Amino acid sequence: MRMSKYILIGILLGMTLYKAEAVSWYRIFEMFHFQSFHMYGIIFSAIAVGAVAVQLIKRTHMKSTEGTEIVIQDKDKRWQRYIIGGFVFGLGWALAGICPGPMFILLGSGYTVLIVFLLSAMTGTFVYGLLRSKLPH
Amino acid sequence: MVPEWLFQLKDFISQPWPWWVAGPMIALIMFILLFFGKEFGISSNFRVMCAADGAGDMADFFKYDWKSQGWNLLVALGAMFGGYLASHYFASPDGAVAHVSGATIESLKQLGFNFQEGQVPLVPEFYSWEALFSWRGLLVIVVGGFLVGFGSRYAGGCTSGHAISGMSALQLGSMYAVIGFFMGGLFMTYVLFPLIFN
Repeated sequence: MRMSKYILIGILLGMTLYKAEAVSWYRIFEMFHFQSFHMYGIIFSAIAVGAVAVQLIKRTHMKSTEGTEIVIQDKDKRWQRYIIGGFVFGLGWALAGICPGPMFILLGSGYTVLIVFLLSAMTGTFVYGLLRSKLPH
Repeated sequence: MVPEWLFQLKDFISQPWPWWVAGPMIALIMFILLFFGKEFGISSNFRVMCAADGAGDMADFFKYDWKSQGWNLLVALGAMFGGYLASHYFASPDGAVAHVSGATIESLKQLGFNFQEGQVPLVPEFYSWEALFSWRGLLVIVVGGFLVGFGSRYAGGCTSGHAISGMSALQLGSMYAVIGFFMGGLFMTYVLFPLIFN
């Protein structure tokens, strides 16, 4: 049970993004054309509810099941890596119409060709790892 | 005998989920993970998979305690199961359709996708092994995958890690990342799509 709970969380994630059509190339296309509130509604409501949850965690000094206080690590203060890296990610997100979560979800629903997408994404991460010291952050 | 209400529940779940169900559900998932002392972020799995394949011998970026990240691989594995269940047992009554707006159907027509209202598939036909033999399919799957893998690690996260986890924690860096996501996405959509499709 200790580890299997993560599989259950994943199942909930997969069901949610599939049933809300967030895994669809056409929904991402629609989002980048600002032609429907749907995807923005998903993202904004997740952030709104998430922000309340995070404030609750911080103000009550909530402890995790590990027994220690939950800490949410602060991100880097510099902006370069986020804008440049984010731009590259955005190109791929719009082109492929999927981000990492939906890739796993559609792979499971039977689109086995996405194994090639997974290997390409691993290659991309690997190349980033090789070039890391030479890139502006 | 299976009680009637179970069938009703199945039908209820099988409807397309509105955004106001999906968004809070994603927040709940993030909260549960935080409660277990973990941070929600799917793209980290690419780094774990590289490290597990021995990439640590070639770049220090992959020399880290990746074995402690096994839980995240299980979330990804669960997401695959979730996709299987949703598509095989909880399919929408009108099939695997993306209920996009009329304006979107018009925009798709301009790029040469001719769909009738209510007939836009959930998954495009270029997610297939055959499509890999066309330059367009190769571009979408292979180049798209590379950009997602490279960009998410460069930016330190993807949609789940930055747009959801980071923005919920009011992180300025995550806001920059989301701005970057949209700059890249809009550039692809408005500048490159007319060259790729058509």
